[in-house]
Amino acid sequence: MTQPVEKILVAFKSVPDPYEAAAPGDSGSTAKSVINPFDEIAIEEALRIRERGETSEIVGVTIGPSSIDEQVRAAMAMGVDRAIRIDDARLLDPYAVARILRGVIEKEAPQLVLMGKQAVDDDSNQVGQMLAGLLGWPQATFVSKIELLDNRTRARCTRETDAGLEVIDVNLPAIITADLRLNEPRYVSLPGLIKARKKPIDVQTCQQLGVIVEPLTRLSSTARPARRSAGTRVESVAELVIKLKEEAKVL
Amino acid sequence: MTKTNTLILIEHDRQQVKRPSLHAVTAAQQLGGDYSLLLLGSAVGEMAKSLLGYGAASLLVADHAELAEPLADRYALVIADAFQKCGATTLLGTSSTFSKDILPRAAALLDAPMLTDVMTIEGNGNSFTRPINAGSMIATVQLGSERRVLSIRASAFAAPTGNTAVSPIEQLAVDAALLPNGMQFVSREERISDRPDLTEARVVVGGGRPLKDKETFDRLVGGLADALGGAIGATRAAVDTGLAPNDYQIGQTGKVIAPDLYIALGISGAIQHLAGIKDSRVIIAINKDPDAPIFQMATYALVGDVHQVVPELIEALRDRE
Ligand SMILES: Cc1cc2nc3c(=O)[nH]c(=O)nc-3n(C[C@H](O)[C@H](O)[C@H](O)COP(=O)(O)OP(=O)(O)OC[C@H]3O[C@@H](n4cnc5c(N)ncnc54)[C@H](O)[C@@H]3O)c2cc1C
Ligand SMILES: Nc1ncnc2c1ncn2[C@@H]1O[C@H](COP(=O)(O)O)[C@@H](O)[C@H]1O
Repeated sequence: MTQPVEKILVAFKSVPDPYEAAAPGDSGSTAKSVINPFDEIAIEEALRIRERGETSEIVGVTIGPSSIDEQVRAAMAMGVDRAIRIDDARLLDPYAVARILRGVIEKEAPQLVLMGKQAVDDDSNQVGQMLAGLLGWPQATFVSKIELLDNRTRARCTRETDAGLEVIDVNLPAIITADLRLNEPRYVSLPGLIKARKKPIDVQTCQQLGVIVEPLTRLSSTARPARRSAGTRVESVAELVIKLKEEAKVL
Repeated sequence: MTKTNTLILIEHDRQQVKRPSLHAVTAAQQLGGDYSLLLLGSAVGEMAKSLLGYGAASLLVADHAELAEPLADRYALVIADAFQKCGATTLLGTSSTFSKDILPRAAALLDAPMLTDVMTIEGNGNSFTRPINAGSMIATVQLGSERRVLSIRASAFAAPTGNTAVSPIEQLAVDAALLPNGMQFVSREERISDRPDLTEARVVVGGGRPLKDKETFDRLVGGLADALGGAIGATRAAVDTGLAPNDYQIGQTGKVIAPDLYIALGISGAIQHLAGIKDSRVIIAINKDPDAPIFQMATYALVGDVHQVVPELIEALRDRE
């Protein structure tokens, strides 16, 4: 008898919309918030696993203040069965996030945790790996394909590395982090969003979870990087080659 | 084991050491104090010899058949163990998929916070800058803990200068029975290429979505790269549509490059792509839209159709001698 993976937990973060800050020099501070694109891919993957009948429940988890409830609803509208928000308004670092998520995982006991490889605001690319280390679980990072094997006791994962593609097997329970090409997330329908408005969000605190963490990273300032300015327009290939030889001296 | 302040994780491709990973030596020197290098793998004795002239207090080598593949669970354990034994306070590596996979896990085992993509070290080694939001902002951060893990952006630190002193090699005992085995290596798909490595190349040619199909991409982007002895890169859009393999992707979530010359062919200049090319010395953009955002930061801008301009450019470069 094949046992489905009973429960998948998906961790997602609310971030400023990366498509709104798409021009060089835009600060992005006025951008609306969205689910981190990599996390949206993780949620989509969980939905596909459920649609194949390979899991029975998907639990979404995020850490943040009530202002991110709209992204929690978006996750529910996509199709997660239940959503937990750990109410914490502090500026957390990845290690703090990982320790809080460990608390949630110990309570929920999922067989598989899916999350993004990277949050596009802090660009750390750490939480999944730290979480796997804290739990002593196998990990597969930067994943572009997942296949459940052997009675769903293992996952075969294709990873996007600097050198190309790599395939590894991980025993479950495991942490898998999604890369861009794992799938293309579905659009949320308006009726779906309206329906999700009525669903309850399970709001918990770190204290209730019994997790006491202090972030160890202190952000002292942010600044705009030096901007490259627009250079010279050239009219032809011949002119370009001359500039490269004589001005830039790169040929 | 020789005591040290900073432990540097060395990366290799089973044949040779990845040169960017040596840039961490320069970062360790900026942090101050002693540093040791750590090499993990199977049958890496020859490679170890190439690491003896970098002024390290010691070269720690974990050489075991069970470490042939860089599986994060066992690598992180061996690294954390070595870190504790040599009494280090900083674990250093270079931002790459290898380090990004393993270092955060080691950080958790060491109960230490980590910073990714460190660009500068300031304030006596206690303050760091790193890019956030696809490089649109630079954050200055401090870490409130004794132990810390840092992955540096290789292009932001110089290659180390050689040193005549020879570092002693110390073999680390690896007990296979104690290694976790929840992860198994299955296979790897890597292309063998005659072109230079993307992150080390002096010249890089990048192609975007308008290159249409693989054949055109190879002919125009590949042809121009070969005319200049350079490497090939691509945008996410080009990779997503199958024009180029995933390891060509440059940008926020791909590779960060800093060549002398970057040539962007049919690339719009989205912030996520710019995040990976900003530190190039000279940037040439060829785009048919005179208002393309890439032109706002290109050193030389040529408005034109890549299908027409690039063959001309390849021709002109061939004739240049
Ligand atoms: C979370 C996230 C992460 C991302 N990470 C990355 C990343 O790491 N790297 C990355 O590159 N992108 C990344 N992106 C995608 C990025 O936002 C852009 O969509 C992408 O860079 C656009 O690629 P492009 O310029 O090839 O395509 P397009 O946006 O389609 O631009 C094509 C350009 O070519 C020009 N053009 C068209 N035809 C011709 C022609 N015949 N001759 C000359 N010029 C022509 C057009 O004027 C246009 O400017 C990411 C996005 C997100 C949301
Ligand atoms: N506040 C958060 N709440 C829930 N998940 C998070 C949070 N921050 C980060 N994550 C998860 O960790 C992944 C990696 O984040 P990072 O290490 O910060 O780049 C993200 O893609 C999310 O899946």
